[in-house]
Amino acid sequence: MATSGNPAGGHGDPTRRDFLMVATGALGGVGIAATAWPFINNLNPAADTLALASVEVNVAPIQVGQAITVKWRGKPVFIRHRTPEDIKAAESVPMSQLPDPQTDNARVTDSAKKVRPQWLIMIGVCTHLGCVPLGNRPGQDKGPFDGWYCPCHGSAYDTSGRIRQGPAPTNLVIPEYLFLSDALVRIG
Amino acid sequence: MASSHGTPPVFNNKVISWIDHRLPIFSYIEKEYHTFPTPRNFNYFWNFGAIATVMLVLMIATGVVLATNYTPHVLMAFDSVERIDRDVPQGWLMRDLHMNGASFFFIAVYIHIFRGMYYGSYKAPRELLWILGVVIFLLMMATAFMGYVLPWGQMSFWGATVITNLFSAIPVVGDSIVTWLWGGFSVDNPTLNRFFALHYLLPFVIVAVVALHVVALHVHGSNNPLGIDPKGPQDTVPFHPYYTMKDGFGVVVFLIVFAGFAFFAPDYMGHPDNYVPANPLVTPEHIVPEWYFLPYYAILRAVPDKLGGVIAMFGAIAVLFVLPWLDTSRVRSASFRPIYKWFMLVLVVDVIVLGFCGANPPAGFWIPLSQVATLYYFFHFLVLLPILGKIERPLPLPPSIADAVLKNKAG
Ligand code: HEM
Ligand code: FES
Repeated sequence: MATSGNPAGGHGDPTRRDFLMVATGALGGVGIAATAWPFINNLNPAADTLALASVEVNVAPIQVGQAITVKWRGKPVFIRHRTPEDIKAAESVPMSQLPDPQTDNARVTDSAKKVRPQWLIMIGVCTHLGCVPLGNRPGQDKGPFDGWYCPCHGSAYDTSGRIRQGPAPTNLVIPEYLFLSDALVRIG
Repeated sequence: MASSHGTPPVFNNKVISWIDHRLPIFSYIEKEYHTFPTPRNFNYFWNFGAIATVMLVLMIATGVVLATNYTPHVLMAFDSVERIDRDVPQGWLMRDLHMNGASFFFIAVYIHIFRGMYYGSYKAPRELLWILGVVIFLLMMATAFMGYVLPWGQMSFWGATVITNLFSAIPVVGDSIVTWLWGGFSVDNPTLNRFFALHYLLPFVIVAVVALHVVALHVHGSNNPLGIDPKGPQDTVPFHPYYTMKDGFGVVVFLIVFAGFAFFAPDYMGHPDNYVPANPLVTPEHIVPEWYFLPYYAILRAVPDKLGGVIAMFGAIAVLFVLPWLDTSRVRSASFRPIYKWFMLVLVVDVIVLGFCGANPPAGFWIPLSQVATLYYFFHFLVLLPILGKIERPLPLPPSIADAVLKNKAG
């Protein structure tokens, strides 16, 4: 005992053995983390799921004041052909009244930076907990701001799809989209 | 066979004694379920642990049989469940038992939890026993949530969407977590497939935690309605035949009520919208979870902020983990706590009120009501319990269980 380089109880200066213990433990920890990673990452979207990345929609048949719903990445996308009144209402809202301030213009600009105020293209998923808001079909409740209304927990969106009232924290999301011609839009 | 406490059992059967010498399972059963000294004064609230265990076994038995006919694919899941209901021999029975079994499992566990709270069973030295119980409760909620997604009806789909979206409230990484949970960009086939795998797995994890729960229970033995420790053989009876019989009786009564629902009103506790196939483009007018989640759903909606609501909802369960340290009173049973007793009953009413709030649309007076009820829930655990233990004057405790029981008989 008295001659041992590693006194019982591990008191005193760190020894070579202490160093080896810590180094081995640290390496083992890294090994376990590296092994855990593929198991965790395995649950992320697969290549074929990621490949369903874009859809092309012909918007020519949509009359002024009408809206359609298309499916993109398993989610509804709202495409509304807005009336001049819709556009005016959206543009005249002061930023100070918006929980998530964003100009109407910024929400109708495609990825080539071209602004088309008559076309509002948004992911039709409430930013609260993911329900599909009402208001895209004729006769549905558009809510107090005349845009969309989510019946799940009462979020109301305006004619620009911006959140105005209720628990949703942000505006309806604008997906990446590009008008390939005046009638054809690619989403995603 | 051994007859009295303490002596190691002697088995007359040669085979049993040969096995037991090598793997002492018979000694274990003898010690833990036969001679095990158990307080002599249990009331019927003490039946619900055994009842919950029977329900767990029933869920696994019916679930494994259902899984042999179920198809976890978005295009086939709904139809495969309809086929189980209509075409598979006794498929309707398996499904009705499984569907209603989930509800009755929660009924048993809620009563079991109430028992623990009313009689102070979470207090020293049973804190870990209690915490393991809360772990079981959480695992049950995860299992039932994922099971409800499997039939792929409208409520399945939208319930899954709303609940998984709760995680998007987490700052910075929330959206990546939700994508990871889904295995895609919305609740879709990868989600259904993994939920089925996990729904099959988790019940067996529950079995393992139940085993730990029972091991912890048998270290110090059961609490009892008086909340005082047994002081000797006069305070206890052997578990068998006394409590095997009493538990058996309780299980049978419970199963009669359960069978009544499963056979005569199998959809009473369900929601008609779940017989409409899932449609990712249309949300039902009014989404509600299964009844056993309604109080938590009400707490979620009571807070007018996304992250705040999610924190409150998880917090409502988190407080249960620290309950043994929030309650500062050293007296276990509410029978000897004249003030706590009433507040405990108020809490029960509060949770039921929350349940009604969760079932109704978030409009009108339901909003303030759910807010008041949510505040009261947290007030009970975080303010009332710590203070009450300090100011309440408990009634005098009886000298022993036998003493109290025999006096009751005489009087
Ligand atoms: C803790 C135990 C369990 C609970 C609380 C539970 C809960 C549920 C619930 C609530 C449903 C939805 C019922 C409906 O509305 O149709 C369900 C469905 C299902 N469960 Fe379980 N379950 C449990 C154990 C199991 C086990 C061990 C299996 C075995 C593999 C299983 C397999 C299934 C299958 C295949 C379905 C779909 C068929 C159906 O919807 O009836 N479950 N489960
Ligand atoms: S999901 Fe739309 S308000 Fe909650």
